[in-house]
Amino acid sequence: MTATTPQTSAAAPARPAATPRAARFADLLAAEWLKLWSLRSMRWTFGLTALGLVALNANAALADYQNWPHYDPRIKAVFVPEWSYNDTFTNNAGLVLMLIMGSVGAITVVGEYGTGLIRTTFAAVPARRSVMAAKAIVLTGVTLVYGAVASTASFAVSQAILSGRHLGLPFDYPGAWRGIVASALLAPVCALVGLGLGALIRHSATTMVASAVVLLLLPNMVSEDRRWSAAISHALPQRAWQRLSEVDAVPQHVPYPATVGGAWAVYVLWPLVAVAVALVVVDRRDV
Amino acid sequence: MTDAGPHGSVDRVIEVCELTKRYGRTMAVDGLTFTVRPGCVTGFLGPNGAGKSTTLRLTLGLDEPTSGGVTVDGHRFRDHPRGLRHVGALLDAGDVHGGRTAAAHLSILARSNAIARRRVDEVLDEVGLTDAARRRIGGFSLGMKQRLGIAAALLGDPPVLLFDEPVNGLDPEGVLWVRGLFRRLAAEGRTVFVSSHLMREMENTADRLVVIGRGTLIADETLAEFADRGTRRTVHVRTRDTTALAELLTSEGASVRPDGTGGLTVTGLSARRIGELAHRHRHMLHELATRTASLEEAFMELTADSVEYLAGDTR
Repeated sequence: MTATTPQTSAAAPARPAATPRAARFADLLAAEWLKLWSLRSMRWTFGLTALGLVALNANAALADYQNWPHYDPRIKAVFVPEWSYNDTFTNNAGLVLMLIMGSVGAITVVGEYGTGLIRTTFAAVPARRSVMAAKAIVLTGVTLVYGAVASTASFAVSQAILSGRHLGLPFDYPGAWRGIVASALLAPVCALVGLGLGALIRHSATTMVASAVVLLLLPNMVSEDRRWSAAISHALPQRAWQRLSEVDAVPQHVPYPATVGGAWAVYVLWPLVAVAVALVVVDRRDV
Repeated sequence: MTDAGPHGSVDRVIEVCELTKRYGRTMAVDGLTFTVRPGCVTGFLGPNGAGKSTTLRLTLGLDEPTSGGVTVDGHRFRDHPRGLRHVGALLDAGDVHGGRTAAAHLSILARSNAIARRRVDEVLDEVGLTDAARRRIGGFSLGMKQRLGIAAALLGDPPVLLFDEPVNGLDPEGVLWVRGLFRRLAAEGRTVFVSSHLMREMENTADRLVVIGRGTLIADETLAEFADRGTRRTVHVRTRDTTALAELLTSEGASVRPDGTGGLTVTGLSARRIGELAHRHRHMLHELATRTASLEEAFMELTADSVEYLAGDTR
């Protein structure tokens, strides 16, 4: 609106001001936040699954706590830190987290395409890339908080249980934070991969399957006994998370070990590529 | 209109120029050119599959045209970073997420366009959904969803409004209300473009008509012009001595046929002229009426060649 009339007469306007505040990117962030949080199913998903993850990890710690007296001495010798550490965020919990977050990320996009809401959205905001960028940022923020809560709480609860046998690790144990951060970041990494797949595929069921295949199935299909397949394996988010969650002190008996630096790179590149793909395709296609 | 209307802009014209859209091998819209002007309600008519919805989607930049283009106010709609203050649209009442409440749905749209939250309550009130504001859209009837879609279109107080089949699912009271709303929006100087596949929905609402069939333009004129170009007006007459009156009217140049219920259907003479003739020749008329279904007939006649989906035996 280019109404540059400098009239500031005392007369109250009959209609709302003809020069409304220009919309900013922050408004899109707020809108996407409302979009995510106004769905009851989304709130329940976040709440219940966070509790579920903590429970899953606590259960593993509890099992070790109860079975400790019967463990072989060789296990007992390496229990701290290797086993204690594994109980902070078990592999199963990691897989569940990946599945849930991949789906949540996908739903933020395919939920709009599937219902037709996307047309309403883009008619209201023709700047489609801005919408997608806002979606990605809000999703990152929310899932980061989710991941941080689930990861930190899991560590605290599991180690508290294990400390009953004097097997717990303190937060300042060397490398503990890397594992906590890696599990926390796994949530936004997978959510953004889901978002990218959703933007690319746009079909609900197909996206869910694709997300599960990429995040969960693919890592099981590539072995690490050859250099090239090991390279592929290390380039997948699941393996990157596992590498970051391992204790460095434990020697890796594999021919081509994954590096920590490489794993962090995977954590950065996957979401970046996913968001880039989403931003490109959302602008080009008919809706 | 110097500073008329709520927006101060004089030009609110929708200009469709050589618009063409092809989906694979189907030609949805084929070289459409027409203009929709402010200050009146323009009906957008055509049989199912004529390309109305496609044209509206192209107008909103949701689909990219194969060639040609649409401008609103001289701009491509997609060049606006935010849309609600420029064009308000109801494309499909189902384009919502059933899991959200009506208020949440509108709040999200308002927020994305930096529209004040109180506007949500205003438009909910305007469409009569205040009591349903906190209910989830999934449980809404089609009529309620239409009202919600209209509320969303009004949110940005836009100078141009597009409605795709807005009357579907509305109850009779709702139909009356929506007609009044369109008339009021037009009277406020806005451009109101309403699609329908039923002529009678437009009869009492539209001032102008754009008629398309199979993606091409058939007519672009006022409602009166449209009515004149279709079937010639017919007059329904009922009298005691049907045969004598039929002879009389035929001798005066009319074409007369029995209507099957004892009356006559007359074309080529006005009701007034028939009345005068009958009076002069001492025929007592029991009924004399100009048939008003001519608009629907004109529409059917015009679009008969371009109906996409015909029931088996009608052709």
